[in-house]
Amino acid sequence: MISAHLPALQVVVPLLAAPVCLLLRNRHAAWLLAALVTWATFIIALGLLAQVADRGTISYAIGDWAPPWGIEYRVDLFGALVLVIVSGIGSLVMPFARINVEREIPAERIYLFYVMYLLCLTGLLGIAITGDAFNLFVFLEISSLSSYVLISLGHDRRALTAALRYLIMGTLGATFYVIGIGLLYMVTGTLNMADLAQRVPDLLHLRTVEAALAFLIVGISLKLALFPLHLWLPNAYAFAPTTVTIFLAATATKVSVYVIIRIIYTVYGGAPIFREGILNEALMGLGMLSMVAAGLVAIYQSNVKRLLAYSSVSQIGYMVLGLSFGSVIGLAAGIVHLFNHAIMKAALFMALGCATQQVRAVSFDDLAGLGRQMPVTMGALVVGALSLIGLPLTVGFVTKWYLIQAALQDGAWLAVIVILASGLFAVVYTWRIVEAAYFRPLPEDREEVREAPLGMLIPLVILAGACVVFGIGATWPMDLALAAAESLIGARP
Amino acid sequence: MAFAGLYNYWIVVVLMMIGFYVVIAQGNLVKKIFGLNIFQVSVFVLYITMSKVDGGTAPILDDRYQVYSNPLPHVLILTAIVVGVATMALGLALVVRIREAYGTIEEEEIEQQEGELP
Amino acid sequence: MKHKAVLRVSSKLLMPPIMLFALYVQFHGDFGPGGGFQAGVIFASAFILYALLFGVNQARRVAPAGVIRTTLALGVLLYAGTGVVGLLLGGNYLNYSVLAHDQVHGQHLGILIIEFGVGMTVASAMITIFFIFAGRGRDERGE
Repeated sequence: MISAHLPALQVVVPLLAAPVCLLLRNRHAAWLLAALVTWATFIIALGLLAQVADRGTISYAIGDWAPPWGIEYRVDLFGALVLVIVSGIGSLVMPFARINVEREIPAERIYLFYVMYLLCLTGLLGIAITGDAFNLFVFLEISSLSSYVLISLGHDRRALTAALRYLIMGTLGATFYVIGIGLLYMVTGTLNMADLAQRVPDLLHLRTVEAALAFLIVGISLKLALFPLHLWLPNAYAFAPTTVTIFLAATATKVSVYVIIRIIYTVYGGAPIFREGILNEALMGLGMLSMVAAGLVAIYQSNVKRLLAYSSVSQIGYMVLGLSFGSVIGLAAGIVHLFNHAIMKAALFMALGCATQQVRAVSFDDLAGLGRQMPVTMGALVVGALSLIGLPLTVGFVTKWYLIQAALQDGAWLAVIVILASGLFAVVYTWRIVEAAYFRPLPEDREEVREAPLGMLIPLVILAGACVVFGIGATWPMDLALAAAESLIGARP
Repeated sequence: MAFAGLYNYWIVVVLMMIGFYVVIAQGNLVKKIFGLNIFQVSVFVLYITMSKVDGGTAPILDDRYQVYSNPLPHVLILTAIVVGVATMALGLALVVRIREAYGTIEEEEIEQQEGELP
Repeated sequence: MKHKAVLRVSSKLLMPPIMLFALYVQFHGDFGPGGGFQAGVIFASAFILYALLFGVNQARRVAPAGVIRTTLALGVLLYAGTGVVGLLLGGNYLNYSVLAHDQVHGQHLGILIIEFGVGMTVASAMITIFFIFAGRGRDERGE
């Protein structure tokens, strides 16, 4: 009986836990509850993935109001994959959070941190599960508002300005999204995405529908931090508490990519809008600009967290580039990169978090010589860095391989060059970290630094291990991504 | 006549641009937040406008009326209003904290102070 | 505000009707215009009026932060919990029809409880927001 209600439970469990955390007012109890709930959502997500793989798309009518009148939760292969990514990263972050949060956030606010974390998780999971375009906006705002609060908990005062900047950009983006949905509702009279998908592709010649697409894409690109709209991201990631950075870097932008793919391929039916407009050229161009420009800027950063944040912007370019080809293989590469980038960026930020836990700062000088003092942490960092570069035997290579195939299939030589060049930039900026950690001598005034606590190391090792395991042998993310891409594109030929 | 008949939409566009302009052009953070709010409110008006049915009344079941306005956008906007209030409260709270941390709410002066930091 | 007798008296007279009106909007919401959001804001406005006239500290004594925080959380729990009850009774999440012996009663009961939860949360949130903003500047000046 319970398995039929998994789609609702996926969102309701963390939503119920958030106010309970608020009532508990004890940071240890709050952590325990948040951790148990996050792990439960991961199990639910896996259950949903199994169900979807077994029986196809699940539709769940909230309140038994049949769609398209009621709100429908709809889980297809792609949605289930995103759910697994979000809840999986959340689960791995929790043991890390317990130790890290104690150091970075004042003790009396820690239980509030977990409340906000659970709300953010609710929002992100909700975005991936809902089949209603306006409900998606509500979840988008739940996750955004809680992430603004989470970012502002950083101890540097620049966290406040970063959070405010993100708030302004994020609200503009979300409002653009609402305008787009409003215009679509005007024309079609429905908010259900499956229902919209039936009607919108026949109405593409209408100016209103075109304008709606423009609003939707620009709005989500703001949340996504696509190149010219990425200005909020570096500071937000750099000054947020480390746990928040890991969680948001690995999930929030991924969920935005999910939304943009949903809009283009499900609501707008994919291929027709790519054939007629300049949308794919625009997305392709911006994706490539992201990869190159952010990669170049990353090279010159002196704060390691900011460097990785710029690298995130550059990696978002890969996903957007993948989805802009409009081919199954390109889209699959984009989707699989959601998964791959989530684990590698989480591993990188987590390794950095372990390092800062012990040495307290994140400039290159602070990393000097840590390779010998914290071998496991720095080893994981190197694995993450290699994945970022896209070396064979890591997950980064899988993405690049399929992206280049898609580009060749499309005859987009420029894209191939950009993919390779951006890999070179990644070599340069990750080398700076590796060089500092392994080849610089230990500063003489440095006290003895020990390896990070086990609670932080275990999730880190799991993530770094995943980077390698999924890079060498395990092909199920790629198979899933291919199947998801096929169903997204094949839904409406 | 088309222009006059669609005056609601013109108001929406004008409000939207006012809000957007304030967000971009104002250096004062409180004004920025208010600009953001105006921008959001313009969208509320857009939704309410589209729900209006000519000659329709409030959607309360009664024998005397046959034509009702569409209630759904109203419900959606109720949600959006709550979101807007939450955003505004959070934004202003952040501005208060920024004022305490930097001693100013002018963007230029804040950037100046941030520029001096490493 | 100590000397403004007219304001003090008239506001004290106004407060009970405001709260009563809030409850009317709250519980009549499933027949006429109204509902939890509106009712919550109206209810909170009574507290805000009180705080404006008699000071935030005085108002905090009527509505301590701990109590407000609890009602805030309970409101959300009531909402989500009702959905779960529907789920346990065999419907989908948030299906009210299964809450009572027949469908119409169930729907009535469901929306009543849910809107009450919404009202609680909205009122508490409004009061909290006002107290926090109003209280902060005061502390600063007091120091």
